[in-house]
Amino acid sequence: MFIITCPYCGDRDQTEFTCHGEAHIARPLNTESLSDEEWGDYVFFRQNPKGMHRERWVHAHGCRRWFNALRNTVSDEIFATYKVGDARPPLPENPS
Amino acid sequence: MKAYSLFSLARNAMSYHRNWQRAWRSPDPKKHYDVVIIGGGGHGLATAYYLATQCGISNVAVLEKGWLGGGNTGRNTTIVRSNYLLDASAGMYEHAVKLWEGLSQELNYNVMFSQRGLLHLAHSVHDMQEIGRRGNAIHLNGIDSEFLTPAQVKEMLPIINLDCHYPVMGGLLQRRGGTARHDAVAWGYARGADAAGVDIIQNCEVTGMRIENNQVVGVDTSRGFIGAGKVGSVAAGHSSVIAEMAGFKLPIECYPLQALVSEPVKPIIDCVVMSNGIHVYVSQSDKGELVVGAGSDAYNSYSQRGSYDFIEHTVGPLCELFPLFSRLRMLRQWAGIVDVTVDRSPILSKTSVKNLFFNCGWGTGGFKATPGSGHAFAHSIAAGEMNAIAAPFSIDRFNTGALIDEGAAAAVAH
Amino acid sequence: MSQSCRLDSGGRIDRSKVLQFTFDGKSYTGFKGDTLASALLANGVKLLGRSFKYHRPRGLIAAGSEEPNALMQLENGAYTEPNTRATCIELYDGLVANSQNRWPSLGFDVGAINSSVARFLPAGFYYKTFMWPASMWMTYEKFIRKAAGLGVSPTEPDPDVYHSRYATCDVLVIGGGPAGLAAATAAAGSDARVMLIDEQSEFGGSTLGAAAVPEVASWVAASTAALAANNNVTLLPRTTVTGYFDYNYLTAVEKVTDHLGPGNGGTAPRQRFWKIRASRVVIAAGSIERPLVFADNDRPGIMLANAVSTYINRFGVLPDQNIVVFTNNDSAYRTAVDAARSGATVTMVDTRAEVSAELTRVLQQHKVKQFTGHAISSVQGTKGVKAVRIMPLSADGKSLQGQAWEINCGIVANSGGWTPSVHMFSQSGGKLQYDNSIEGFVPDPAKAKRINPGFSVGACNGSFATGDCIAEGAQAGRQAVEACGFVASDVAMPELTDALNDTGMGGIAALWLVPTVHPVGEGPAKHFHDFQNDVTAADIHLAAREGYLSVEHLKRYTTTGMATDQGKTSNLNALAIMAEIRGAQIPEVGTTTFRPPFTPLTFGAIGGQESKDLFLQERHTPMHQCHVQNNAVFEDVGDWKRPWYFPHSGEDMHAAVQRETLSVRTDVGMLDASTLGKIDIQGADAAEFLEMIYTNNWKKLAIGNCRYGLMLNEHGMIFDDGVTTRLGEHHYHMTTTSGGAARVLNWLEEWLQTEWPEKQVYCTSVTEQWAVVALNGPKARDLLATLSDIDLSKEAFPFMSMREGQVAGIPARVYRISFTGELAYEINVPARFGRQLWETLQEAGKPFNLCHYGTEAMHVLRAEKGFIIVGQDTDGTVTPADMDMDWIVSKTKPDFLGKRSFLRSDTARDDRQQLVGLLTTDPTVVLMEGAHIVQEIKDAPPMTTIGRVTSSYMSPNLERSFALGMLKNGLARKGETVQLSLMNGDAVEALVTDPVFIDKEGVRVRG
Repeated sequence: MFIITCPYCGDRDQTEFTCHGEAHIARPLNTESLSDEEWGDYVFFRQNPKGMHRERWVHAHGCRRWFNALRNTVSDEIFATYKVGDARPPLPENPS
Repeated sequence: MKAYSLFSLARNAMSYHRNWQRAWRSPDPKKHYDVVIIGGGGHGLATAYYLATQCGISNVAVLEKGWLGGGNTGRNTTIVRSNYLLDASAGMYEHAVKLWEGLSQELNYNVMFSQRGLLHLAHSVHDMQEIGRRGNAIHLNGIDSEFLTPAQVKEMLPIINLDCHYPVMGGLLQRRGGTARHDAVAWGYARGADAAGVDIIQNCEVTGMRIENNQVVGVDTSRGFIGAGKVGSVAAGHSSVIAEMAGFKLPIECYPLQALVSEPVKPIIDCVVMSNGIHVYVSQSDKGELVVGAGSDAYNSYSQRGSYDFIEHTVGPLCELFPLFSRLRMLRQWAGIVDVTVDRSPILSKTSVKNLFFNCGWGTGGFKATPGSGHAFAHSIAAGEMNAIAAPFSIDRFNTGALIDEGAAAAVAH
Repeated sequence: MSQSCRLDSGGRIDRSKVLQFTFDGKSYTGFKGDTLASALLANGVKLLGRSFKYHRPRGLIAAGSEEPNALMQLENGAYTEPNTRATCIELYDGLVANSQNRWPSLGFDVGAINSSVARFLPAGFYYKTFMWPASMWMTYEKFIRKAAGLGVSPTEPDPDVYHSRYATCDVLVIGGGPAGLAAATAAAGSDARVMLIDEQSEFGGSTLGAAAVPEVASWVAASTAALAANNNVTLLPRTTVTGYFDYNYLTAVEKVTDHLGPGNGGTAPRQRFWKIRASRVVIAAGSIERPLVFADNDRPGIMLANAVSTYINRFGVLPDQNIVVFTNNDSAYRTAVDAARSGATVTMVDTRAEVSAELTRVLQQHKVKQFTGHAISSVQGTKGVKAVRIMPLSADGKSLQGQAWEINCGIVANSGGWTPSVHMFSQSGGKLQYDNSIEGFVPDPAKAKRINPGFSVGACNGSFATGDCIAEGAQAGRQAVEACGFVASDVAMPELTDALNDTGMGGIAALWLVPTVHPVGEGPAKHFHDFQNDVTAADIHLAAREGYLSVEHLKRYTTTGMATDQGKTSNLNALAIMAEIRGAQIPEVGTTTFRPPFTPLTFGAIGGQESKDLFLQERHTPMHQCHVQNNAVFEDVGDWKRPWYFPHSGEDMHAAVQRETLSVRTDVGMLDASTLGKIDIQGADAAEFLEMIYTNNWKKLAIGNCRYGLMLNEHGMIFDDGVTTRLGEHHYHMTTTSGGAARVLNWLEEWLQTEWPEKQVYCTSVTEQWAVVALNGPKARDLLATLSDIDLSKEAFPFMSMREGQVAGIPARVYRISFTGELAYEINVPARFGRQLWETLQEAGKPFNLCHYGTEAMHVLRAEKGFIIVGQDTDGTVTPADMDMDWIVSKTKPDFLGKRSFLRSDTARDDRQQLVGLLTTDPTVVLMEGAHIVQEIKDAPPMTTIGRVTSSYMSPNLERSFALGMLKNGLARKGETVQLSLMNGDAVEALVTDPVFIDKEGVRVRG
């Protein structure tokens, strides 16, 4: 049961949030010119790393804002949360 | 391999059980194998077993980073069924159930496959439409399938409360569905594979993939380099990690999936009960424990820990459906890592790397497929091409759009 | 004689309050302050249960929650509760308990035959047998299931209520012994919020069961009183911390009224479930004594040494006059002294050859005979210990040889050392390290999980002396509260006594398996380590022999540690024996994972008060009461209650739906459409946004006009639909399916916030702001005209447009849209006017034969017109082309969500399953929804399926049955006849048609 720091509201219980997977996947602008593989890669394929993961959360039962988090998927430690469009925080020196 | 039987048990009892053989050896890895299987869970061990016993390839190693059956094989709720909607799924899971039906005898190891019936409950008009469609599809695929009225549900499950917040409008029963003893499946396949010459190497973690000219030639491991003619990755929750070693991504994300058991009580539920409406499944083990599965969390995690509200949101509805459960007690809860694809169907596939094959993405439903998955994957690896049962599960489907979307039809953990 | 084993004085019981209770039908008495276990023991009852597998007679082993044997079926009827540990049941008047897992009686149990054939039932025997013939397994299994299972489930619903609540605190202290009390005291005093939780009925921990040391007792009492007086401190006795989850989220269950007996709790809940978020956690959970593993060490009367002390000191019960104490460490010497002081004849058998002179002197002082370097070689007595035989132990501890002695006794108090209760630390994600000086695992503070900050102190940290516990606790309490930004309080130490510095563990000499004259598993005796699951040292040897070497394989193969006590007394013994066999160090073998809950947790408590009527909220529309008055039968749609149909008296569902359906097409009907999802969309980029979200064009939609839209996911599959209306230059009103409202809003927000944050678009859910009545039927205009000032002429108010005005004197937005194919108006008024609107329409509609219709008639009507329902006719694998809705897919827009997926080879196939109408040859046959169309009818499955029925009804308007369905290459097959194969084996023939059955030209809807 995480405590997640919503960049807009502060520390809140995990039950107020929903996770929406890997962050920083930009929708291709030129979809018509993509190959099936490139399109499939955008729609379906994910890093799914064992370790540091940049991911999207939404404060669903709060301000309803989307934001990004940097979390270790092994320890579930959240190192940072940041607004969409903000610079990506660096990876921690001591991730676990 | 010395056979297990009532006779051998009696004979060994006379000698105080001093003379039992080891169920499998603990060999040191050889320098090279024809096939290396990554992952010593049920699917990996079954793959090795069928390679050695049916495909004439016994120079096989199974590399397991921990202990055999320590991943999802040893953490699931032991349900076996083949009542799937789509033809490709029915082909795979029914293939598995048919193998389950003779597995104890085939392996000479009692995996306690118990066809006590598996009952899906429908709580709404929408649920009724869903089981109506699925029941017909299953039936026409030649798999047993029956609709039950609420009264028939009550007869099978006298302790159910038909009039709670989840009114029971009907049920879909597969009598050939049921449960099996999960650990025994891993052990039985391990013993059988070992006897057929397979090296099972525990505490051996794959750390890298050696690829030359886009062809896999072996794996680096915590016990050194092991050469391989072909490599099959059957690493479930760690498949993305293995794929990264080979330089590609998978259409998979890992989530925590939780389960729990109660203290043992005398029999109160005979069949396996699943409810899509409340995302819960329950059966009673031979030991008397209620085995309860919950839905999966929706964040990527390798921590084998889930969030507690999933336990609450499983137990609460369960007590509504079965009011007697309220005074029983939860004995133990745990979590596994499920590797989930977007269409909730597995991947059995060749990859962009020659001679590297992947079997993964079973999500919440892999246990039931163990024999079928291993069998199909073994024959496919041996042939170098996916066989008819495995072919629809190719990774290419995520590019062509030919998804096997069980998830869209009935979005429920299974 | 009543309470024959009760001492004349002493203990923390109230001898003035005599309580009656029964066990296995026989009446006994005990005192307030007793547990069921202590009261039974006071009455000389030592045989309390039968073991799981061999049905061996069993008695108490422990005095606390670690008890593996004394499981009771507590109470009868609806209040019955299986598998309840007698040591955890506080005695109340009228208590009824029964033993379990025996037939016909505890004294004579037929199942005990298993014990005599035990040789044939080693660990895992079932994996090797019951395989022939294969068809017999289910029969074998039936008997296995019947034999297993311990206690009996209730057969009636639980009459009790449970509560749950959240709490937050700065410092949570687990365990109210000296270490915990010291930690709480240090943390309390400033404004910090402190919680102190202990599973026992009073605070004091191990001191409650130990011989009283006045200085310690008064320190405990003073500390507890001071904490109780502090408003910032929450004391929770009778409360067990069950789980330790991430970010210091802990769960606990408080037994609020269990100790009062069934039905005596008044309005209080039976149990309260706590969900606690703590800044810092101090774990002071103590330790659990572990038994020595020796021949027939499971006989009733063989108990843990500290349990014997606890029964003497806390409960005033001397369980027998002749007691043998058997130990490999110093702590059990306290028990010898306790027993001797209480008048028992005590013999000390110490496996160690060398024992401190001081201990020997103390024994002599209390006239306790001492054997050092000896061990118990056998136990006499089956249903109770009668005597033990002891023999000298070889120096290496591997054999017994020399002069044997037989000692008569009724109790063997044994101690194999103490296992720190590291459950909570381990559950928090911390790693353990092995401490050779105490022969046990302790927390490794360097490997604690960073997101779960806290401290382990006292015995659970391997510190056993009371003085050390207090000092460690005080320091941890200080650090914890300072980490939260508060000032710590000083902790007064008790007046120093010798007892404070006594670790009790001096010179433990591990002896994991006490040998007998026979090799392990080959003599007549059994060496148990897991009592409840009947697992013996021989089983561990067998597991090792067969290659089940990993500690997890050991556990799963032998079932050790898997009983209801989860191995609290057995785990370390099991893995130490495995380590010896493997020639490995104990840490190499490792431990299994400690899982929640710490002790079994009542399911009802987890759900708290959210059960029955409070289980889930229902959503009601503003007109709900009208529907109730109109006799509606409701359907669950998401959380909504929607009127399904409105039966008149004597009507069944079919009759009601047919009447409603007909009435809408001939006169006029009204439907409560308030549940429809409604999203208000505003902003300069709103049109451009809709262009991406929907497949069709939106930029040119005129203000005041409505347009139907399909939403696709990026796979190109339909996931929602609805009508959106342009209210202003930059203002739209979107509707969604009832069940999809939240999903659609999230979808819009996801794109707006994460992909196109630069777009000026603002979405607001307004579903519950509006009450909606859909007025459908040829007389809809005439009826509405009687109540509205809006010009309803078709020129002024054409189909697919919206007008604002008054309806029944209420400000309204009226949308001229139709889900039935009839002339229709959807009247939206502010939600608070919903009931007024409904009732006014109801009254005004009488001259027009206005009927109420529900969702079922709506479904029939829309299907007659060929309108799909997303989620019924589609399933997430369907494109607009599959629905023959290419007309709604823009060919000119450069992009919209999902567009690219149409190009993929499988999606672009032209022989996909496509939407068609189906008319059975026999017009009276209503196809089952879900029935499949097959390529060719065969005598039996398998048959190749090429389609299915998605919607199917009897239509009073068509005067026949009809259906919608998906058919492979269906668009090209209209006019063909197809075959459906039903579950009962019947084949049905149907004509493939266009899916629009009524008013294809749209005359009615535009009229």
